[in-house]
Amino acid sequence: MNERSSRILVNGNHAVAYGVKLAQAQVVPVYPITPQTPIVEKISEFQAAGEMVVELMTAESEHSAMSACITASLTGVRVFTATASQGLMLMHEMLHYASGARAPIVMFNVNRTIGSPWGFWPDQTDSLAQRDTGWIQYYCENGQESLDTVLQAYRVAEKVLLPAMVMHEAFYVSHALEGVEVPDQEVVDQYLPVFDPPHRLDPDIGESWGNTVGQEMFYRHRRDLGLAMESAIEVAEEADAEWRKLTGRSYGIVEQYRCEGAELVIATMGSMAGTARETVDNLRDAGLPVGLLKVKLFRPFPLAAVRRVLNGVPKVMVLDRNFAPGTGGFLHQELKAALYGLEQGPVVHGYLAGVGGTNVSPTVMADWVREAMATQPAAGPVWKG
Amino acid sequence: MGYQIKEEKVFNSGHAACPGCSEALAIRYVVNTLGPDTIGVVPPSCIAIISGPQPLSSMRMPVYQTTLESSAASATGIARALKAKGNDHTKVVVMAGDGGTYDIGFQSLSSAAERNEDFIYVCLDNEGYMNTGAQKSSSTPHLAYTASTPAGKLTPKKNLAEIMVAHRIPYVATATTGYPDDLARKVAKAKEMKGLRFILVLAPCLDGWGLADNAGPKVSRLAVETGVFPLYEVENGERYTLNYGSKGTPVVQYLSLQKRYRHLSQAQVEELQAEANLNWQRLQGKLS
Ligand SMILES: Cc1ncc(C[n+]2csc(CCOP(=O)(O)OP(=O)(O)O)c2C)c(N)n1
Ligand code: SF4
Ligand SMILES: [Mg+2]
Repeated sequence: MNERSSRILVNGNHAVAYGVKLAQAQVVPVYPITPQTPIVEKISEFQAAGEMVVELMTAESEHSAMSACITASLTGVRVFTATASQGLMLMHEMLHYASGARAPIVMFNVNRTIGSPWGFWPDQTDSLAQRDTGWIQYYCENGQESLDTVLQAYRVAEKVLLPAMVMHEAFYVSHALEGVEVPDQEVVDQYLPVFDPPHRLDPDIGESWGNTVGQEMFYRHRRDLGLAMESAIEVAEEADAEWRKLTGRSYGIVEQYRCEGAELVIATMGSMAGTARETVDNLRDAGLPVGLLKVKLFRPFPLAAVRRVLNGVPKVMVLDRNFAPGTGGFLHQELKAALYGLEQGPVVHGYLAGVGGTNVSPTVMADWVREAMATQPAAGPVWKG
Repeated sequence: MGYQIKEEKVFNSGHAACPGCSEALAIRYVVNTLGPDTIGVVPPSCIAIISGPQPLSSMRMPVYQTTLESSAASATGIARALKAKGNDHTKVVVMAGDGGTYDIGFQSLSSAAERNEDFIYVCLDNEGYMNTGAQKSSSTPHLAYTASTPAGKLTPKKNLAEIMVAHRIPYVATATTGYPDDLARKVAKAKEMKGLRFILVLAPCLDGWGLADNAGPKVSRLAVETGVFPLYEVENGERYTLNYGSKGTPVVQYLSLQKRYRHLSQAQVEELQAEANLNWQRLQGKLS
């Protein structure tokens, strides 16, 4: 593989920018927000150095940045933007608008706490609160995965015509330096076909978008959007398999780690998965049969994959670095719904862990595993450190 | 001014405007002057209704209907994408109401103006939120009745033309439907320019202003002749040209055709006359 890539030392955000450069995004509307800013700064540097030909639009808000992403995409060019936290909140109206318009935008969101009060800490509530906006969602745990996933996201989004957002967490991933393989342009060109949508805003075609529709048309439109979202599961699996063929790296839409004969499986997303893998290794060494389910693709929810992994497992401990007041952790809710009716399904502990960015060490996580193994789950979520 | 209107048939009959609507007339001169190699952006407003419900369209050109506050940002996305594709001939035009321009859409408009994005922005100003039942906008004039200012609006109309001039964009013009040749000429002039071009079109609304079905053109002309809405153009934030201004016609002639002013006392009519005089004087100070 080596002659077709180069290895560099970069932080997670810069790894994302390399992915965007390789995807050759043509229009990039931007608005700064910590801890996302290094992504678009790096893209600006690429542009200034002549390494990337791109229309950078310095919008006055994330709402406008997303509005411009939608129309640029509908005009038939590949677009990218990045945001976090309050920026994503401000975009909310346009997130629905983007999926409704079937615009295959790829956006990177660096997961950060939402105010008030103000904070800059890793917490996935910002993007998880957008789970119903019709965007494909991926959660990554390191810069390499983020770079690779940005490219996979373009391939999937442009095939099913839905927008995709890719996440990693504030600082733990966004600002952590690591060695990253950057594939050569020709590898990516082989992987990502030129974006040339048949339907677009073009006077030669004359098609319009967004006009008022009647109930019947609205119904059909929503149903089609749903079907496209469903089809994204298979397309995402295929995109990942294809990436493995070209680069040797793949992640799966979910990752099943040492689940053979597991009495308990830790289920989580994002950077917590790294800590959980270490915890699983430690506990396995100590003779405890424990495994990990990392949910990477969260929208569409990988229902079948999750049921396959957890069928016959007695217990699941969900760790959510996110919180929906009134229900609890997002993954906890979704997993319980996914497992409903499974004959040999597990009982599920839902732990709110690391909410607001608090540190969760492998030692602490191992203690929770022991506690979960020894107790019956509470009906609702349980607050942990 | 002796301008010969040249139209390409982009706008069609059969649209859903109220019969006698000035906005439909304005849209006709805008899109028929720009021609079919144009992409339109329209936010929620009467213009969206006039554009037509899916799958129908009153315009033979692509129209993207956006959200109320996003017109200028949406137009930017299209303009930048066209540039990225190497297309330097297709025009991008926003057609938005006053609510979508003076109020909720002002932030994105101001930003696009500051960046001097390459599109034409036409504000069809009917001085209120007509689509939602005639509530006030910041374009609603002083003392006018609306559903949300039943005793008359207490503050004056925002002077958006001057705010846009202050952005020093290549072209700002005011126009109105009672002067169709002037409107068409301004659109044709804007079409040949680059950067952000802003045209503010006063478009009397039958329902919202309380007008007789055939009163649109007359009210539009009176707005100019009384000095309430002078027609002028400004290039690069500096060069002012007056096209049509006050003929000294008393403002009361303009007001008395509109039910939204029927509650006014004599003193209030005089107040509005004094305001019109002052605004007219101020504008003249900029002309020389
Ligand atoms: C974010 C948002 N808020 C409110 C509305 C409801 N709305 C639709 S049209 C409109 C009024 C628009 O007024 P204006 O721009 O002056 O256009 P007109 O209806 O007068 O043609 C409003 C408030 C909306 N579509 N979007
Ligand atoms: S409400 Fe007024 S602006 Fe709207 S279509 Fe009717 S006359 Fe025209
Ligand atoms: Mg209006």
